[in-house]
Amino acid sequence: MNIVVCIKQVPDTKEVRIDPVKGTLIRQGVPSIMNPDDKAALEAALRLKEQFGAKVIALSMGPLQAELVLREAFAMGADEGYLVSDGKFGGADTWATSSTLAAAISKLDYDLILAGRQAIDGDTAQVGPEIAEHLGVPHISYAEEIKVEGREVIVKRQFEDRYQILKAKMPVLVTALSELNQPRYMTPGGIFDAWRNKEIGRWSRDDIPVDDGNIGLKGSPTKVVQTYPKTMKQPGTKIETDVDESVQYIVEKLKEKYIL
Amino acid sequence: MDENVVPSVFVFAEQVDNQITPVSFELLAKARELAAKLECEVVALLLGDKVENLVQPLFSYGANKVILCEDPALAQYRTEPYTHAISTMIRQYKPQIAIFGATSIGRDLAPRIAGRIHTGLTADCTALDIEDETKRFMMTRPAFGGNLMATIVCPEFQPVMATVRPGVIVKRIPDPNASGEVIRFELDFVENDCYTKILDIIKKEASTKHNIQDAKILVAGGRGMKGPEGFEILQELADVLGGEVASSRAAVDAGWQDKARQVGQTGKTVRPNLYIACGISGAIQHMAGMEESDFIIAINSDSTAPIFNIADVGIVGDVFKIVPKLTEAIRKERA
Repeated sequence: MNIVVCIKQVPDTKEVRIDPVKGTLIRQGVPSIMNPDDKAALEAALRLKEQFGAKVIALSMGPLQAELVLREAFAMGADEGYLVSDGKFGGADTWATSSTLAAAISKLDYDLILAGRQAIDGDTAQVGPEIAEHLGVPHISYAEEIKVEGREVIVKRQFEDRYQILKAKMPVLVTALSELNQPRYMTPGGIFDAWRNKEIGRWSRDDIPVDDGNIGLKGSPTKVVQTYPKTMKQPGTKIETDVDESVQYIVEKLKEKYIL
Repeated sequence: MDENVVPSVFVFAEQVDNQITPVSFELLAKARELAAKLECEVVALLLGDKVENLVQPLFSYGANKVILCEDPALAQYRTEPYTHAISTMIRQYKPQIAIFGATSIGRDLAPRIAGRIHTGLTADCTALDIEDETKRFMMTRPAFGGNLMATIVCPEFQPVMATVRPGVIVKRIPDPNASGEVIRFELDFVENDCYTKILDIIKKEASTKHNIQDAKILVAGGRGMKGPEGFEILQELADVLGGEVASSRAAVDAGWQDKARQVGQTGKTVRPNLYIACGISGAIQHMAGMEESDFIIAINSDSTAPIFNIADVGIVGDVFKIVPKLTEAIRKERA
């Protein structure tokens, strides 16, 4: 079984701050990490490898520094890693990103494609299903459990008020929730191996069989026209007093608002 | 243009177990505003098996037309038959805009359709508008974990597609006398390899199903509640106020609360009349989900907690002392 895992390097959005004067994003000093849902997808792939024997192929798209997440994937146990990287792919929306990644995956021999449900810098959850559509394979999103039985995949799929237990034939794409598992840590031996003995395959524009009209900024149907920092509402009154006075103050306010 | 094609805004009328998902009514309200500016009509897409009884509520909440597609293959949501049906409808009726609720169904379905149709899709929008001069459809959504807002357009492809966060649009007051045209849409569903098979459906326990988005009063707890026991005093406060308990992501990740109660960027957007934040420091991702609440009270022992920046009333103090006394005081007031 060959499992392709799509992983993205993202800024840790918990660490992102807004410049209070310029109102822009401060990216400097913000650590880059492997997107958490993608890490759960990788962990799921590694567990299937342990269970059935499989080749785990990590695939990422991004600037050259995204090699770091592929090294991390090696250190966790991935067998092969490919980085799709070219300025011509830059500025891609979800449609152009998924076209590019689908074309890259089509070069690989795959039975199962795993991806995170969504990336924390975009939160769209669109790239996984769109890759599956471009490849003409079924997808199951929001996976909380993944099992393999022969050539079939059985997934516990989360909804707001229920789960569906779904079965699909390989090849299939599944998007993972971070609730799926607790990803393993890199081992010292794995880290050594990842940097010394493993090679990342680098794919640029000419290596990917995709039309110019479907990549990068030009191939993106959606365009960002403006970004702006979120305006927060103004703070009200803050009091610091003893418990009884605090309680009394809240009760008065609730009466003012006709809640009591 | 095909003479049968009337300009329209498509709204996916999501139904589960013969109940319209509330966000679908919210979408109809927004679609009416957009349609007024574009001088076109609002068409609701209703898919399922034996769901004709849901047509009238769609008219009542603002649909001009309903395209109804009934088939046993559509009884439970599955990606492929729903994608097949809606993609076919889009190709036939060529709407300018198609909007979906950003639910776990909408966020699965919309990208698959956008991939098939080849058009742009913007996820989790919190504001939609038509620009006056250009008539461009402007979609605004949070980015970078809610740190930034981005406005997005899709100038060269149609329909322009968007998923919209539940809870950000106010529904119209339903008009029970509203009516419109029902178009029955017949389609073949051939089960190919893209069709998944549903082996089982497991409903989550009723206790975790309370819809915090419908609640007028929310008492929310975060890491400062220190454990599941801490949420018991919040439940008591919520009970005397007739509200529901909500949670920050930290308390959900710690396993103290169910995901269904999570407010914020990766949880739900809420706008209750009253939001009492207890032991919540106020991560930007949390505030993104509740800052539109009418009245916010924050109780936190850390006077520098960011939650105080958006609270109407900030109380610096110990939640474990204040909340039980507050519950008692409100109980007396109500007696």
